[in-house]
Amino acid sequence: MQIAVTVNGRLHERSVEPRRLLCDFLRDDLGLTGTRVGCEHGACGSCTILVDGESARSCLMFAVQADGAELTTVEGLAPDGGLHPLQAAFREAHGLQCGFCTPGILMTMLPFLDENPDPDEAEIRTALSGNLCRCTGYQNIVKAVLIAAGVATNGESSQ
Amino acid sequence: MHDFAFHRPSSLSDAVAAMQAAGEGKFMAGGQSLLPVMKLDLAQPTDVISLAGLGELRGIRVEDGAVVVGAATTHAEVADSDVVRGSIPALADLAGQIGDPQVRNRGTLGGSVAHADPAADYPAALLALGATVVTDRREIPADDFFQGMFATALAEDEIVTAVRFPIPDGAAYAKFPNPASKYAIVGVMVARTGSGVRVGVTGASPTPHRASRFEAALAADFSPSAIAGITIDPSGLASDPDASAAYRAHLVGVMAKRAVEACG
Repeated sequence: MQIAVTVNGRLHERSVEPRRLLCDFLRDDLGLTGTRVGCEHGACGSCTILVDGESARSCLMFAVQADGAELTTVEGLAPDGGLHPLQAAFREAHGLQCGFCTPGILMTMLPFLDENPDPDEAEIRTALSGNLCRCTGYQNIVKAVLIAAGVATNGESSQ
Repeated sequence: MHDFAFHRPSSLSDAVAAMQAAGEGKFMAGGQSLLPVMKLDLAQPTDVISLAGLGELRGIRVEDGAVVVGAATTHAEVADSDVVRGSIPALADLAGQIGDPQVRNRGTLGGSVAHADPAADYPAALLALGATVVTDRREIPADDFFQGMFATALAEDEIVTAVRFPIPDGAAYAKFPNPASKYAIVGVMVARTGSGVRVGVTGASPTPHRASRFEAALAADFSPSAIAGITIDPSGLASDPDASAAYRAHLVGVMAKRAVEACG
């Protein structure tokens, strides 16, 4: 099936099987391997991307469903090779360890912060409910999001 | 995953025709339930018919004392809707508790209702609010709609187009979620209307149901204490590693009391 998908501002026209998952299309057809495939059944959130500006699991979409859509993957966060402020906050707060879940968490937090520019910790944890991290215990992820939102100071203890 | 043909009809009648021509067809809205069951080969459709492009299934409006929500409306749209928040805040609250943000951005009211997962949240609202399921060919009262685990009154080629929720005097939803999946281990919505009280229960049993003894007691005395002495029979309730039938029976009472209290 012929589809036309805009990913990180660039239009891609490809032919795909209907059963092609969107995450596999991104990774294997377009070479955008920043999007991670974890559980593959809609629990871990590692494959989260933006579909027309809203977070969605790319493992729970067929590529054909994204025909005509505008997608943003983690590669689209900082196209100039630097770091997006959200990524910088994760580095600063040590908000990642192995890093596997991080792209999905970034792509979940990006629209969340747009809609909730001044979140408290409970709101952040609720917004993270669709993303699993097996390393950090979430403490520094939450702290990174607070830093990104500008509501935490840089000098706080990470413990 | 097995291969299948993907259809993108541009009208309801084309969607129905595609289903009738299919060997083993499945309608798909957001796909948040269908994709997981296809990955597990629990569903092996030859044809997947997307309802995403159908304008007839969209929109939220108030009409004749009811909030009419188009079937393709996502959970996030229901949760954020000023119309729903203004008319039936409990419904917006329920929608905002479904799954997680990613699920709420893709999953739809019609998809959830047609899928009829016994732990889904919406059935509690449909039953408590006395909703009507509107399809491409008829209207089905919520009381007749849910017929078992993943079983509804819908015909194979029938499409839910909207759900009509009568606006109650007051309503509230109380949920005891599975902490990982956020599915309802037990969810209870209580609604007061001019004609009485309705209590919808989801998660507790294979088929969502109304708690008629609670309804009678609350009609006489709308307070948590009115139902405090009523015990729920656990026979027939679901039992799994998350919660035994006896525990679910207990939770039905606790959630109902919380919902009554939240109704004010």
